Amino acid sequence: MMAGGASDLSDGGRAERFKALALPHLDDVYTLARYLLRSASDADDAVQECYLRAFRHFDTFRGGPVKPWLMAILRNVCHAAYAGSARLVFTADGADESQAAPIWREHGDTPEQALLRRNDSDTMRRLIGELPAEFREVIVLREINDLSYRDIATVIEAPIGTVMSRLARARGLLREAWMAAEGDGEAP
Amino acid sequence: MNCDEASILMHALIDGELDAGHARELETHIATCAGCAARLREFHELRKMMTLAGLRYTAPVTLRASIEGKLPAPPAAASRRSVIKGFAAGAALSAIAASGLLVMVARRDDDRRVLGEVVSAHLRSLQAQHLTDVVSTDRHTVKPWFNGRLDVAPPVAELTAQGFTLLGGRLDYVDAKPVAAIVYRRRVHIINLFCAPAPGSANSKATMESLHGFNVRRWSENGLNLWAVSDINADELMEFGEKFEAALKQ
Repeated sequence: MMAGGASDLSDGGRAERFKALALPHLDDVYTLARYLLRSASDADDAVQECYLRAFRHFDTFRGGPVKPWLMAILRNVCHAAYAGSARLVFTADGADESQAAPIWREHGDTPEQALLRRNDSDTMRRLIGELPAEFREVIVLREINDLSYRDIATVIEAPIGTVMSRLARARGLLREAWMAAEGDGEAP
Repeated sequence: MNCDEASILMHALIDGELDAGHARELETHIATCAGCAARLREFHELRKMMTLAGLRYTAPVTLRASIEGKLPAPPAAASRRSVIKGFAAGAALSAIAASGLLVMVARRDDDRRVLGEVVSAHLRSLQAQHLTDVVSTDRHTVKPWFNGRLDVAPPVAELTAQGFTLLGGRLDYVDAKPVAAIVYRRRVHIINLFCAPAPGSANSKATMESLHGFNVRRWSENGLNLWAVSDINADELMEFGEKFEAALKQ
């Protein structure tokens, strides 16, 4: 597999190598942080801490996929920093939604379609944010970060069976919430 | 299979993580259970909707810049002069590395070329939707399939209990010669085991190499050259090879 910590390289080479491996996953790590912490500024802090921590531990990284390794570190950062506060459980995120450019802008929609999509996107983000943390993280890791069950199991330090049953529960809860939101006339 | 089991396993099916045996059982259940069939459709729709909604966030440019700035500045980047010095040192290092590489390449040119070919064959098998010519978890189906297609009978072991599921076999080409590819799965990872006839070759112990992020465990026995190729980590691939060899000895 790829050489791990690359301790044979100079510091410069080591930092460059780390950047080349880890920075392409920045949007993924940031996305997970946004959903876990539900605050743009907390997500900024957590992602920054995650990358610095990952760099400090880069020598012990033994190759393999980088994304789950970063995700696991981010999750630990989030738990360590915010476990005490209610962040991982409650609080709404939404006022600062405009800071991050949503992907839907990239679709060639008419303004009406864009508005519908925006509504869907906002509603779904909110509904995911309202899921209990243990269900929220598996659904984000699976549906948005596109991790395999095995990688999710590594990140959340649980057996694959747990990943599967939590995903089943998460999708069930999300589907109910979505149908309820639709019933309220909130979603198209 | 009952509805409780199906309600969990259908998510593995949606995610493409269900093994062939369970997938068949689940499909049989769904064909006869309207409730589960409806639920499966709803979850497919939910998934599609989530994909369309675009739920990813993009990291602010300032965050990226801040991380890059906070990573310990490499000494080479401290000043313009040291950057140049860094380049010089880098070039010298590359020169040494390159000359070492040259010796290695010259000596092992042939091995490396074949290594490159088995990794390419592994990649092709994943990309071209042509993983298996014969689909079966039963070695008594997979092994005879090669009769008349190859002049040797490739060894096929069932290792499901050890965590490596036999998926089937395929005829492939390495070094312009037909070889047997026995396909296994470890969780979501595919292992291709290539077997090429090498009459008269001595048995050789396993070596582990890697290329383009894939690990290759290579060994020879009973007049066959074998390469196990996968993206699973080297330890697991080594374990696969050991289990495979042990199973054949039984």
